[in-house]
Amino acid sequence: MKAPIYIYYQLDNYYQNHRRYVKSRSDKQLRYGLQYNDTSSCIPEESNDGLPIVPCGLISWSLFNDTYSFFRGTDELRINRKNIAWKSDRDHKFGKHVFPFNFQNGTLIGGAMLDPNVPLSDQEDLIVWMRTAALPSFRKLYGKIEEDLEANDVISIYFLNNYNTYSFGGRKKLVLSTASWLGGRNNFLGMAYIAIGSCLIVLALVFILLHVKNPRPYGDAMYVSWNWKGIPN
Amino acid sequence: MAVGTGRRRGKKSKVHFTKLYNFTCCRSSLKDEHSQIGQRGFSRSVHCNDPDNLEQLQLRYRDNYVSTTKYTALNFIPKSLFEQFRRVANIYFLVVACVSFSPLAPFGATSILAPLLVVIGATMAKEGVEDWRRRKQDIEANNRKVQVYGRNQTFEETRWKNLRVGDLVKVYKDEYFPADLFLVSSSYEDGICYVETSNLDGETNLKVKHALDVTASIHDESSFQNFKAVIKCEDPNDDLYAFVGTLCHGRQYPLSVQQILLRDSKLQNTDYIYGVVIFTGHDTKVMQNTTDPPSKRSKIERKMDKIIYILFSTLIMMSSVGSVFFGIETKNDIHDGKLTRWYLGPGNATVFYDPRRASLAAFFHFLTDLMLYQYLIPISLYVSIEVVKVLQTIFINQDQDMYFEETDKPARARTSNLNEELGQVDTILSDKTGTLTCNSMEFVKCSIAGIAYGRGLTEVERALAKKKGGGPPEVGDTSLDAEGSNAELVDTGRSIKGFNFQDERIMNGQWVKQTHSNVIQKFFRVLALCHTAIPDVNQETGEISYEAESPDEAAFVIAARELGFEFYERTQTSISLHELDRESGKSVDRSYKLLHVLEFSSARKRMSVIVRNPENQLLLLCKGADSEEEFMSWEEEFLKAQTSVTADRDALVDAVADKIERDLILLGATAVEDKLQKGVPECIEKLANAGIRIWVLTGDKMETAINIGYACSLLRQGMKQIVITLDSPAVNDMENKGDKEAIAKASISSITKQIKEGLSELSSAKESSVSFALIIDGKSLAFALDKNLENSFLELAMKCASVICCRSTPKQKALVTRLVKKGKNRTTLAIGDGANDVGMLQEADIGVGISGVEGMQAVMSSDVAIAQFRFLERLLLVHGHWCYRRISMMICYFFYKNITFGFTLFWFEAYASFSGKPAYNDWYMSLYNVFFTSLPVIALGVFDQDVSARFCLKYPLLYQEGVQNILFSWQHILGWMFNGFMCSMIIFFLATNCIKEQSFRKDGKVVDYEILGVLMYTCVVWTVNCQMALSINYFTWMQHFFIWGSIALWYLFLVIYGTISPILSTTAYRVLVETCAQSPFYWMASLLIVVSALLPYFSYKAFQIRFHPMYHEIIQRRRLEGLET
Repeated sequence: MKAPIYIYYQLDNYYQNHRRYVKSRSDKQLRYGLQYNDTSSCIPEESNDGLPIVPCGLISWSLFNDTYSFFRGTDELRINRKNIAWKSDRDHKFGKHVFPFNFQNGTLIGGAMLDPNVPLSDQEDLIVWMRTAALPSFRKLYGKIEEDLEANDVISIYFLNNYNTYSFGGRKKLVLSTASWLGGRNNFLGMAYIAIGSCLIVLALVFILLHVKNPRPYGDAMYVSWNWKGIPN
Repeated sequence: MAVGTGRRRGKKSKVHFTKLYNFTCCRSSLKDEHSQIGQRGFSRSVHCNDPDNLEQLQLRYRDNYVSTTKYTALNFIPKSLFEQFRRVANIYFLVVACVSFSPLAPFGATSILAPLLVVIGATMAKEGVEDWRRRKQDIEANNRKVQVYGRNQTFEETRWKNLRVGDLVKVYKDEYFPADLFLVSSSYEDGICYVETSNLDGETNLKVKHALDVTASIHDESSFQNFKAVIKCEDPNDDLYAFVGTLCHGRQYPLSVQQILLRDSKLQNTDYIYGVVIFTGHDTKVMQNTTDPPSKRSKIERKMDKIIYILFSTLIMMSSVGSVFFGIETKNDIHDGKLTRWYLGPGNATVFYDPRRASLAAFFHFLTDLMLYQYLIPISLYVSIEVVKVLQTIFINQDQDMYFEETDKPARARTSNLNEELGQVDTILSDKTGTLTCNSMEFVKCSIAGIAYGRGLTEVERALAKKKGGGPPEVGDTSLDAEGSNAELVDTGRSIKGFNFQDERIMNGQWVKQTHSNVIQKFFRVLALCHTAIPDVNQETGEISYEAESPDEAAFVIAARELGFEFYERTQTSISLHELDRESGKSVDRSYKLLHVLEFSSARKRMSVIVRNPENQLLLLCKGADSEEEFMSWEEEFLKAQTSVTADRDALVDAVADKIERDLILLGATAVEDKLQKGVPECIEKLANAGIRIWVLTGDKMETAINIGYACSLLRQGMKQIVITLDSPAVNDMENKGDKEAIAKASISSITKQIKEGLSELSSAKESSVSFALIIDGKSLAFALDKNLENSFLELAMKCASVICCRSTPKQKALVTRLVKKGKNRTTLAIGDGANDVGMLQEADIGVGISGVEGMQAVMSSDVAIAQFRFLERLLLVHGHWCYRRISMMICYFFYKNITFGFTLFWFEAYASFSGKPAYNDWYMSLYNVFFTSLPVIALGVFDQDVSARFCLKYPLLYQEGVQNILFSWQHILGWMFNGFMCSMIIFFLATNCIKEQSFRKDGKVVDYEILGVLMYTCVVWTVNCQMALSINYFTWMQHFFIWGSIALWYLFLVIYGTISPILSTTAYRVLVETCAQSPFYWMASLLIVVSALLPYFSYKAFQIRFHPMYHEIIQRRRLEGLET
């Protein structure tokens, strides 16, 4: 596999598109931090002990916290975890001067902790996670391996299985993938193109056959389609 | 031979013209009614020339300000809003908008409100503009100037709106009366004046009004100073033809409608009048008469409501499904006391998501879903249809081919509601006179003392001759053929309107040489004296023209003039003629004293005058239908009848009039011809070819009606006629005996038998291709419309290609219309020009008024007004057909596009555990109906045409697409809906399967919620717009601009919306520029999905055109293949 090799974690049966979940965030707080204190949209994770939470809301609270390390033989592969989020998110949605505050201090701890000394704009895990998925099965970019992997290379992976997916019957997958100009591997688009194309060819053939076998002038006024009952001549 | 003389007058029965226009009759007041003055309903009192009188001021009558606007500045907003929310769909959207402020809403309140506001705003703007136009007219009317007698004993100019009750005003020639006035005096010594009332009843002839003798002498400005009187009269009411009041000026004088000048009528032939304001502003009779036109809705719109209900049911069903699943999923969030989907925080959820109260949450979710799936209901449908229809009417109104140059009248669609109904007409019910004919009577022939005069050929004679295949027949002893007489007419170089008489024996004074010259003289005297016309002498040329009640009356007076009996002056008591003296052969003036006018009534079908000639002989001259008595005793009786009150009055007058019209000497008979309008036979033939049934309802007698039927190709050679008549010897016998019950019984059985025979004749001829025509007379019609018989009559009539009802009354016309409309549920179009057609026009689905000579009454109550019958062909076959296509396609497409969009939301829901998260950004959704899909469909509604106007007319059968309603059949509508459903499935499932979990760009980024939304939305916008491009028939740059422009607008919107702050644009922030545009995957997936979504319709259409083409498709194909040029 040629570099860059993208590492994804995949969650199945995880409804990041649930209305309650999606709504539970505050864009203004993510950008302006504590200056912006109306966090009612973040219910139920808007405050703790009377103090506001930054970043508030269910999405950040449930931040994915499994970690992976990759070894080729005994060498640990360097995983680049920078530049995995959209640039616009980093630059414009998550503040450069907003630091996590009072995060995961409640009785119920959802997912990962955040380093309170790193501004949100640099917390790319969080940024990737907060870009919610469209469907209940989704992948998210974990990092990139920036060296080629050769055939027959044996890669050992160490998981830290923190994230609870057992309670709702979800599954976790780890995916290593490269990307072409069309993105990652999915045969569907190609197959669909072929299928639709074949359909069109078949239709065309049918029409050609029909026309050869039974040509008739289209504009023949005899072939009027509706019935004429009730119309006096 | 053409029309009898009496026929045309029947039309006036509705107008009660006679009451307005009486020479002598009404001078005697109606005493009984006057006794009511001062009581309820008759309480008004007016202090003439004294508006500042304390008592007058206390009465607080309305001022003369008139407002015809629907709204005022204050109530515009609440009232127009109320109008809007009478539509169930709008109420739904309002409720949705209100609820959207609660946490139930799946998206922001503003994005729900915005489209609603746009739609409501557009409709309100339309209402506002229309109302503003009315207001401008009001302002113009209210600020007109009028002369008012002021405090300093002179007349001063003031504005109409400042007039008060009791003001004395001076109105000049050709000015309109500013309010309802009491006529004090006029420029004429005897206090008469002439008014034209075309604004009130559409009649263009002049009417005489006269002042009371007691006031007629008050002329000079100084004498007004002492003119103080009190008028006590009826309260404001809408009866234009009656007025009850008394004038207290020294003693009491009764007032009648003769002294009342109505607002909006015009002073003519009189230099000026003085009048006292009685009713002002909205109290005036004309304002009391204004009613809203009956609102008719087209069948398509009624069906559309049903579709809306279907969609509402679908909406509720989808919401129920959504809420049930949501309830189940939410309940499972806590399983055995443990949180399952812990990341949703079910432990401390609000009531909307609480697993412990899952059923309640499900209920709330139902409401949320009702909001979410609102996109199934096309919010902009109503307003788009309204806009489209208004634009369509502009096309109809501006059609050069329906413009009649002679009268400078274009077609005018008075309501835009019924455009598409014009394309579905199954039966046309037509009046005859003035509709099929010009209603300009021409004096053609006469028979005096048994000798026929007049050598011209009538049009019907010519048409009949042509039908029979021969040349024009030799008529009687004339040697002139039709062309010869025409040529001669041209040669004389002087064609007189209403006069087409050629006979050298009596013209140019030659009649004196005839053996019966004394009879001829009397005959033309009758024509010159027995009428109610008013002469109008042209001061410069000395020529005399006549203002007559009806065209045939004018024709007679003109004929008399041309033959040397020139009627030139009428006063209240006399008629004067320039007459050719029989002995000397010179022109002498003779004046006849007018004693009584026996008005025309449709029951008697004749009129008479009683005159005293210069030789002091008392003559009763009668004209119309089929002697002197003790005049005095008769007059007494007649007056008694005249003065009696109430409804019986007319009958009494008739009866007494009958008494004197006896033992007359027959002088001769006349024949006038009413020419067919240009193009009528061709038009009728075209309409018949289009499969439209044509019924003619006329007052003519049967022979005339059949002749006319042939002339206008309603009856054709080889057609079998079924005649239903009661004119059999047996029935006539019984009628003479007068046993009413027996007559009715015999009539019913006779008609039942005749209908049965007709039906059996029809069924026996089923195999042959003979077509039938039904002719029925008025008497039989009265019985045939009876409850028991109407169904079999209708059955018989519907199987006949043409139906002619002769001798029918206005009421029967309306009844027949209703029978056809209700009985077979077919679309009926009634066309007529006179007041007697009003009932028929209002009853029919579409009323078409001919704006001809007979005034505006028919036009006022019609839905579309055209100037000539022949324009009906273009109105129906071209505009009607197009409008029908456009509107029905438009509605189908609307449902299609909203179903396509709405269902993608539902599918996405299913993948978001029915939580109510919409697949798209809020603003994408709210702009869907307003921006990205609205303009192409409006362009379709305004411009689309399957084939050009020329082909519409060339292939009249094309019209049947509308009559059989194949473009808006349930099959068709459901087909479109199914197409929408398919498209939504294809778009959603192809999109989700294409993107799955994998990355979609070279940099390994994966697709998230935002990108799926953009991809799906892109596909929806492309699909519905391309679908539009596939289904319209007519491309101009406008269609291209709107369709491709809408798609471009979507991308443009994404760019602009994506650049504003992420706080506002949220999920759309830089979504196109940064994420989608750079991904080839996005573009390729769009292409695939759009093509696939269009494929089902495309292949269906290809097969359908190949194997089962519709008529318009065949014509299109012929044109394409060059078979038609």
